[in-house]
Amino acid sequence: MKKRRLVMRSVILLILGAAVAYTLYANFTKEDSKKVVMGEKAPDFVLVDLDGETHRLSDYEGQGVFLNFWGTYCKPCEREMPYMDNQYKQFKDNGVQTLAVNVGESELAVSKFTERHNLSFPILLDKDGQVQTAYKIGALPATYLIDKEGKVVKYHTGQLTEEMIKDFMEEVQP
Amino acid sequence: MNHVKCECGHVNPHGTILCESCGRVLVESEKEKKLVDMRYEGSARRSQTYNKTFIDKIWNFFSSVKVGVWLIVITLVASALGTLLPQEMYIPPVMPASEFYEDQYGWIGKLFYDLGFHNLYSSWWYLILIASIGISLVICSLDRMIPLWRALKAQRVTRHEGFLKRQRVFGVTEVNLDDSSQKIIEKLKAKRYNVREEDGNILAEKGRFSRWGPYVNHIGLIIFLIGGMLRFVPGMYIDEVLWVREGETKLIPETDGEYYLKNNEFILEVYDKDKDNEAFSEAIEKNGMVAKNYQSNVTLYKKIGETVAGQEQELEKVKDEAIQVNQPLKFESFALYQVDYKMDELNQMTFSLSNKQKNETFGELKIDLYNPQDQYDLGNGYSVEIMSYFPDFEFNTEGEPTTKSKVPNNPAFVFKMITPDKQDGEISFVAIQQTIEPFGDNDYKLDFVGIDTLNVSALTVRKDLTLWILAVGGIIFMIGVAQGSYWNHRRIWIRKVNDEVWVAGHTNKNWHGLKRDIELVLEDTGIKEPEDQVQKEEGQE
Repeated sequence: MKKRRLVMRSVILLILGAAVAYTLYANFTKEDSKKVVMGEKAPDFVLVDLDGETHRLSDYEGQGVFLNFWGTYCKPCEREMPYMDNQYKQFKDNGVQTLAVNVGESELAVSKFTERHNLSFPILLDKDGQVQTAYKIGALPATYLIDKEGKVVKYHTGQLTEEMIKDFMEEVQP
Repeated sequence: MNHVKCECGHVNPHGTILCESCGRVLVESEKEKKLVDMRYEGSARRSQTYNKTFIDKIWNFFSSVKVGVWLIVITLVASALGTLLPQEMYIPPVMPASEFYEDQYGWIGKLFYDLGFHNLYSSWWYLILIASIGISLVICSLDRMIPLWRALKAQRVTRHEGFLKRQRVFGVTEVNLDDSSQKIIEKLKAKRYNVREEDGNILAEKGRFSRWGPYVNHIGLIIFLIGGMLRFVPGMYIDEVLWVREGETKLIPETDGEYYLKNNEFILEVYDKDKDNEAFSEAIEKNGMVAKNYQSNVTLYKKIGETVAGQEQELEKVKDEAIQVNQPLKFESFALYQVDYKMDELNQMTFSLSNKQKNETFGELKIDLYNPQDQYDLGNGYSVEIMSYFPDFEFNTEGEPTTKSKVPNNPAFVFKMITPDKQDGEISFVAIQQTIEPFGDNDYKLDFVGIDTLNVSALTVRKDLTLWILAVGGIIFMIGVAQGSYWNHRRIWIRKVNDEVWVAGHTNKNWHGLKRDIELVLEDTGIKEPEDQVQKEEGQE
């Protein structure tokens, strides 16, 4: 009798516990499903930059990619731009490409901003937001790091310091 | 084992207060009481008896109603606190949450963020609270329903004297029961009682079904909670907002890049005092404008073939539809609801170039605020170049012009006006109702001519595969409520004790109804109507 009761209670508690554990697990991975999964292949995209040149992510396989999403209205983006430019110059010939995707602003606003800050890395225009959707972009600035095999290794939102950008680029340097 | 054998021969579980079969009081301390506690039929609530292993301790914790009530109170308080500041999902995406709360609300905001209240309703401890309420519900119910069910099933017709005399409704008459028992049984049956007889004693019972109401209700709640839990399973529940301007085609989120939506037109209609029902005219006069219809005329497209993000895609029209409030556009398991709108968002601005002194004009330029050109050639050597564009203009803390967002809410331009007599151009800063000439007086100026506007529709993208589970849970919940509220569990015991007839009654509610039943049944039998011992006691005091 007593033993049977203990078994019953254990089974019921186990079922309830499993349901709770699953809910918690699903809830915490929900946040992950809102961004691209770490260690998985980064979604491929094709975008045209301000100079009219086409960039396809998969063409950069074999190099690391520093993929930044930004807007001209986003102050932290504006602050990290010069740092990115400095590091771009250091790393572009050392196997790390910088791609800065603007979040669908007018070409004029973007090109004037770029001229004003004298930026030399490619600025891609995601006019209809397809790439932002694929990368599940919310708050800006958002940065993904993609390694030489095309896998996502890091995701960061918020302003980066020059030191962090350097560390990030070193991390994906082949 | 620790079973308790009653004098009547029935074996009760350890901790039983009243024998399940004959009702005899088994616990000494209860014998001193005038009335027995009939809650759960005096059965052994298991939680209160076994407290041995670790599993038992967890079980007993959740079996306590007191614990359950506290869990609910804590959850209510936490839920209320979470509404003090907006949740993370509702803050504007201008800066990360870690900065936003402190920036907007000071130290309270920082505390709110640090304690995790910005994401309260999906935080681990909040979910654990809700889950604990669920566990408490299951265990409390099991721990009470099974013993109650056992006791009601095992009850005998002939109840122990000690049980009968400690019932709230109880009376003794010196009369022979055999003379009137047939009549009593007939009357009881006419009142739809289930009547059982044993050695000339009678037990009449009805509405036992009502006792299961609370447990049916709890089963409904648990199903409801399971439905809520399923919302966390990927693909079961989606709730997003899509803003789409007139003329714009946008990807519908969460459709894996499959579906696109074009907004053809947004319509806002208001009630017209002269055209609509006269009954409304007073209300219209009082409130000025009363909305009659919010409508987005849209076209749904489906992508053909595989494309990489960013590539131009080929779209196939699926259907045209007018989305109105509560009239969503449905496709697959998605529904798009009209949820918000913005009227007259700036789309194009028109300026004309003129000479200040002679007031001659040299042509107009129409600027698409979503895609302005670098240069507008007005002919005859006149042209205007846009040097800077700020769609949502403001001066930043350093006094430089910047833009707050990408939406042209307050556009501003730095123009260079090139004219035959000023080949190098004149610079002019133009914002709404504001013109600055940073390099001294210009000979030429740009006059504001007009604007073109567009409306914007906001649609909720909703998919909910858990809805039917919530509905089933809700219906079962209500069945339980009705079962427990509209039926009463009434029992009447009539027993021969020597030369006397003992009558006792019990109900879980509506004692007046029970007493009326007894009164009718005992009419013309010579058996006295039993007294209400609670009322009698109150009367004496």
